[in-house]
Amino acid sequence: MNLFGDALAWIFDPAHWSAGPDISGHLLEHLGVSGLCVLIAVAIALPIGVAIGHTGRGRGAAILISNIARALPTLGLLSILILLFGIGLLPITVVLVVLAIPPMLAGAYAGIESVDRQTIDAARALGMTEWQIIFRVEIPLALPLLIGGLRATALQVIATLGIASAFAFGGLGIYVINGLAQHDFVQLLAGAVLITVLALVVDGVLAAAQRVVVPRGVALGRSDRNGPPQRARATRPRALQEGMQS
Amino acid sequence: MNWVWIGSNLGLIGGRILEHLALTAPPIVIGLVLSIPLGYAASRSKVARSILLSVGGILYTIPSIALLVLVPVVVGSAILDPLNLVRALTVYAVAIMVRSAADAFASVPKDVIASATAIGYSRWQRFFGVELPLAVPVLLAGIRVVSVSTVSIASVGALTGIDQLGSFFTDAFQRSFLTEAIVGIVAILVLAAVYDVILSRVGRALTPWNRRQREVMASPRVSSAPIGGSL
Repeated sequence: MNLFGDALAWIFDPAHWSAGPDISGHLLEHLGVSGLCVLIAVAIALPIGVAIGHTGRGRGAAILISNIARALPTLGLLSILILLFGIGLLPITVVLVVLAIPPMLAGAYAGIESVDRQTIDAARALGMTEWQIIFRVEIPLALPLLIGGLRATALQVIATLGIASAFAFGGLGIYVINGLAQHDFVQLLAGAVLITVLALVVDGVLAAAQRVVVPRGVALGRSDRNGPPQRARATRPRALQEGMQS
Repeated sequence: MNWVWIGSNLGLIGGRILEHLALTAPPIVIGLVLSIPLGYAASRSKVARSILLSVGGILYTIPSIALLVLVPVVVGSAILDPLNLVRALTVYAVAIMVRSAADAFASVPKDVIASATAIGYSRWQRFFGVELPLAVPVLLAGIRVVSVSTVSIASVGALTGIDQLGSFFTDAFQRSFLTEAIVGIVAILVLAAVYDVILSRVGRALTPWNRRQREVMASPRVSSAPIGGSL
């Protein structure tokens, strides 16, 4: 356990924050590249996922894609693309985006799909256009699951970027890789701690956002329910709901 | 693709497939076994549920390369010990499976549990005779996800020098030899598929009633949309 103390001392050693490519530089690199890749993945996957959830078409393909992506080893994908395109930001960005799309896609279509069909029918009956239904009904109600998809995406990207350090990319994984190569276990552990803290902080921020964005009506409906939350039904009055189940 | 290399290295490829199997099968099995009592506790008590699911969530959040380093320090083993990979993968497996197991036991109808109690089942009889078998379909769905991701994440072990299929990726990078990386990816995908087939076979054998039930259950799901529309 003493190694932990050494690792913390290493992390807080001012020398590791000031000279050359220091901790803050690698941290910013890790955050910046992760952010960029998550943005690209969201820009691609969110519209497709919403379309799949709204129309119900292409669901099988989306499930297939996310299953295959789960089986694909990130290390393998990285090594192949780097061998094909050379060391650099581009192959790493491509791999990260490819791996980030499936969880975002899954979150998007599952979120939209979870919206109660009767709520959507009600919106349609009120005369809303399809675009209004998507932006005013489906997306607000799906936000918790959409952000859930974003959380999974961000974690995937941060973790994969840690591995990318093995292929001559900076980032926080560099301390793990260097630590292993030099048998410097303090630096190794310090790198692991830094990556873990980054992942936990990003996940915590998004988890807080996930809580904040729940529409008020949904939050009210959820509080008196047992077991896992069922967002889909929460906007319906209870009496109506019970009447229909009988 | 360099087929000659594949042909002359079949022994190496086979050996690494076996190593990969040996490193991934224990975490999947241990993850399942540990998650059953934890998931049952989580399905029984709200407090246990929120504690177990948040701990699982935090553990799952730790990136694989970091967990591989953190595990030996916490456990006190050597950093390059291959068992660390088994331990780290077990942590992930349990972290994912606890949620599935909690959902699995929550999916057992309350009426069925009450009926079992009414006809005189003891607590243990009820658990092994009624709740566990009825939880199998959801448990199975969870363990299939776990097996696929375990096989894939295990390759990261190559970075800490633990030999398995992932070593083909680091070797390929060091030697600029694409064939090795492709062999590694294909072998991992095949292995994941093999696990999946085995698990779904086992699941089907354990739930002989499920095939009939699935046909019965299919009809109301399809008709639910028109009913909503007609209101």
